[in-house]
Amino acid sequence: VNIELKVTPDKYLPHRYAGASGDFNPIHIDVDFAKSVGLPSNILHGLYSMAQVARACTNAAGGDPRSLRRLSVQFRGMGMPEQEIVVSGEVVDEDGDRVTVKAEAVQGDTRIIRNAEAELLVNA
Amino acid sequence: VNQAAIGKQFRAFAYEVGKEKIAEYAHAVGEDNPVYFDRDSAKEAGFRDVPAPPMFAVVYSSGSVAPAIFDPDVGINFAMMVHGGQEFVWGEPVVAGDVITTETNVKDISEKGGMGFYVFESVSRNQDGQEVVRGTWTNIVRGVS
Repeated sequence: VNIELKVTPDKYLPHRYAGASGDFNPIHIDVDFAKSVGLPSNILHGLYSMAQVARACTNAAGGDPRSLRRLSVQFRGMGMPEQEIVVSGEVVDEDGDRVTVKAEAVQGDTRIIRNAEAELLVNA
Repeated sequence: VNQAAIGKQFRAFAYEVGKEKIAEYAHAVGEDNPVYFDRDSAKEAGFRDVPAPPMFAVVYSSGSVAPAIFDPDVGINFAMMVHGGQEFVWGEPVVAGDVITTETNVKDISEKGGMGFYVFESVSRNQDGQEVVRGTWTNIVRGVS
């Protein structure tokens, strides 16, 4: 089980994720609004970034969505479009088919998700 | 912070899961497993119909969670709020055609270091009463004291 995923959300990703999720908070889709509240630009949805950690976990367990039993994360630094997200993690506990992994997601030096912990069923 | 709303239960919200909505969501988050897009692949893999990616929980839960977060009794100052943490515990898989009913309650409100911690719990069940996901949503509000 190796937790590793790299993805670069394109400029319009936050718009697609807004439509898919129903979260149209303007800090995610309107650069002018985001700047007016002190952000450097529009920012990624935290739950999009969490979905990348979830994807890294299910991929590591063979790709079956039923393999992911639990995922908890803390949101920290802001995620930005057009910058590569790197998800990495390691197994910290194994109990038969059930493994516990710790992971994080970074963009450059910014940790956007930290203390992610997942329970996976492998060979399910 | 005002803790009076702890334990408050909000009314259930029902969401009917559509196959094309799953595809739209899966595409947006970068999923490429054919089970999310193709009924035959899904059935071959043992699903009743096209399954939702685990984090699709956000889509069917938010209609129940959002009114709780915006409830005046809870009293969150949105200008100062950030989504601090999230947990999901998954049960029975969700597939196209399911009707998922979610109920949300205020699990905890506390204060630490001038910040308010507002924790909501959502429980989602399918049309057969099986639990599909339990979510814990933590919102942090700066400058509460």
